[in-house]
Amino acid sequence: MISFTVNGKQRQVDVPPEMPLLWVIRESLHLTGTKYGCGIAVCGACTVHVDGTPIRSCVTPASAVGGRRVTTIEGLSERGDHPVQRAWTEVDVPQCGYCQSGQIMSAAALLARKPAPTDADIDDGMSGNICRCGTYQRIRAAIHRAAALKKGGA
Amino acid sequence: MKTLVVSRREILKGSLAVGAGLTLGFTRPLRGRAQTPGVFAPNQWLRIDRDGVVTITNSVPEMGQGSLTTTAMIIADELDAKLDSVKVEQAPANPALYKNPVTGAQSYGGSRGVRDHMEMWRKAAASAREMLKQAAANEWGVPVESLETEEGSVVHRPTGRRLQYGQLVDKAQALPVPQNPKLKTPDQFRYIGKVVKRRDTPDKVTGRGVYGIDVQVPGMLVGSIERCPVFGGKVQSFDATATKAIKGVKDVVQVSNGVAVVADNFWTALQGRRALKVTWDEGPTAQVSSAGITREYEAAAKQPGQVARNDGDVDKVLASGKVYEAVYQVPYLEHACMEPMNATAQVSRDSCVIWAPTQNPGGTQATAARLTGLAPEKVIVNTTLLGGGFGRRGEIDFIVDAVETSKAVGAPVKVMWTREDDITHGFYRPATYNVFRAALDANGMPSAWSTRVVGPGILIQKGRAQAGTIDPAAVEAVRNMPYDIPNLRIEWNNKDLGIPLGFWRSVGPSQNGFIIESFIDELAHAAGKDPFEYRRALLGKSPRHKAILELVAKRANWGAPMPAGQGRGIAVVFSYGSYAATVAEVSVAPDGAVKVNRLVCGIDAGIAVNPDAVRAQMEGGAVYALTAAYYGQITIDRGRVQQSNFHDYQMLRINEMPVVDVQILDSGEAPGGLGEPGVPTVAPAVTNAIFAATGKRVRKLPIDRNELKRA
Repeated sequence: MISFTVNGKQRQVDVPPEMPLLWVIRESLHLTGTKYGCGIAVCGACTVHVDGTPIRSCVTPASAVGGRRVTTIEGLSERGDHPVQRAWTEVDVPQCGYCQSGQIMSAAALLARKPAPTDADIDDGMSGNICRCGTYQRIRAAIHRAAALKKGGA
Repeated sequence: MKTLVVSRREILKGSLAVGAGLTLGFTRPLRGRAQTPGVFAPNQWLRIDRDGVVTITNSVPEMGQGSLTTTAMIIADELDAKLDSVKVEQAPANPALYKNPVTGAQSYGGSRGVRDHMEMWRKAAASAREMLKQAAANEWGVPVESLETEEGSVVHRPTGRRLQYGQLVDKAQALPVPQNPKLKTPDQFRYIGKVVKRRDTPDKVTGRGVYGIDVQVPGMLVGSIERCPVFGGKVQSFDATATKAIKGVKDVVQVSNGVAVVADNFWTALQGRRALKVTWDEGPTAQVSSAGITREYEAAAKQPGQVARNDGDVDKVLASGKVYEAVYQVPYLEHACMEPMNATAQVSRDSCVIWAPTQNPGGTQATAARLTGLAPEKVIVNTTLLGGGFGRRGEIDFIVDAVETSKAVGAPVKVMWTREDDITHGFYRPATYNVFRAALDANGMPSAWSTRVVGPGILIQKGRAQAGTIDPAAVEAVRNMPYDIPNLRIEWNNKDLGIPLGFWRSVGPSQNGFIIESFIDELAHAAGKDPFEYRRALLGKSPRHKAILELVAKRANWGAPMPAGQGRGIAVVFSYGSYAATVAEVSVAPDGAVKVNRLVCGIDAGIAVNPDAVRAQMEGGAVYALTAAYYGQITIDRGRVQQSNFHDYQMLRINEMPVVDVQILDSGEAPGGLGEPGVPTVAPAVTNAIFAATGKRVRKLPIDRNELKRA
């Protein structure tokens, strides 16, 4: 039995300790906003926060998050109004949208670390996330916009 | 948004309600139309209830192109409904009602969403609007010509009277459906041509959107299939003893595409696959490797092909002077949708319910009917959001997986692919080998041009074109190249080595745009002429090509000097009803590293229904093309794909993203496609820019940086 906090709620799951967190989130807890893309930590679709740090849940064993605080896209904000989500909506970033939960979780972590990221910071913080629809230009614009929204006291 | 799968019951209810309530096509006679009291449903595309709620049925799967938004825009505009408050539902599989009126199939590819449906949807909505006006005219005893509509109401200006659509539902329902309603003129459009926010964004930024992989059905098991590593290979035997010993593994069954391990969850199914011992009959494709394919292509390129076009006398002109020759090669490519293939099926004795991220609901229904022996109407297909399509999801292999597995185990099953399954068991953009020969006249303009394309035919391999004929997809954008050249011959030599082929975003033009636009660039440089002016001079008979070419050249300040190590390249290609052109600005470092700094991408798609969606598709097309130009290459060793995941089949990332400047030319012509036309011009614009920067011609994709090193 592994106990941890997911989106502010205490959860207990009975899974093999080596089962990746991704599948615990998706299949045991039915939080399907976090996506499977590669299974080898190279695409970023499965990005969640563990104690505020972005990690690739597809290669993180469930046992590694025991007692820790996990945040998924569903828990990033109560009403879908985190500055990154608002900026994403303003810019109409998503196309197919499949990678966007991971993009948003990476972007939120970047902004927590760097409230006013440069383009180089964005390259650094976001190059682990693949978007096959090619929304990168809008992602960059939306991160700058989110930084402005955050600064504005949002 | 109430378009997505929530539970099986809701979907069953929703699908059946639509199926039972609207039984006739818009263009069919409307006698005997089933009527639901209190719902005005003049055709299968829209209905209005007494509260005035307008519900639009979108037949085109949402794969990122924005169909949920664009379909609603078109219908709401012509209906004069308030776009913000219309509901949109995804159509169930029912080709009689929802087929594409041009292709006749309920299957979506070829950038056909807007261009094939717009006129039909406008008529459907306009006829509804006319009926609502007539109902109001009858109510008020005034001539229908004296009435107007605006955002969900009929208005009689002289008296200031007004009725909401919801108030007219019962009266409108009783009226005959006009078959040739008067459509708005473009100046009357309320939404078409304006930037409208996507309807699906809120769900996609909160994780609420439901893709195929997210479907959950009560009692559902999860399956994963061990497939023969060699294309076309079959299961000879398998030993599932160790697999079945794993806690959570429920069953192991042989299916058409391999051996399915069915478990409580995906992770357990994967452990089960690892423990499985399968002996394969690899079949003849085990003899096929990339090096051998290239040798076969080289040999075939020496033989004449079938003649797809023959203007003038090419041989005569080529025999009389200097001949410019070049060989261009492109590799196999995989689609790599971000959402790996998957589908969920629940097969029972008298019904089959499917949830799938499919571009092909009609084919899904027909396939499941064939596999289960059920009548097609007993197969209910729920199309979820698609995590990318790009042509891959028009195939039905992943549907077969789910239906066969569910049938075998007698429970609802979601069959999920790993990324490795996806890369190694795709339907690949064909590799081709292309020989060019040309002569120039005294002014340096082409007097003769010959292209011999060697490669397989997608349509022929799939049985959708006659063997022995010329596969239209193989020569698209070559046969109809726009340049005015007096002596021109295009040949195609079909060489199919058995690698499964598919429709990869922009299909034939994805490679043929590259080869044609590269070779014309070679000739321009050989003639000592400016590549833009050279093309322009040859486009006298192709005014729309010329206009979009001029637009991007002007926007990119073509001809302005560039620093050493940088260059500009240009290309123009017609595909899927639209004219596209690109100028690329590229830097090449001394070590051969290529950086694309900016792409100016122009598009004339006739009319831009949602200009921001047009921009998004062009941006996305550019990235898709650039990814392939930089990295895209599937190679074969003994019938096996050598790449397996994003570490060795790489994707462009944000740090490599150029500025993409999209320029829309609204020509007022009939609508063209948008999903694909942004792709074909990008690779040649980039490689032409590399030539401008370095003097080195890229004749083989992907771009090999080692070849561009400066000593």
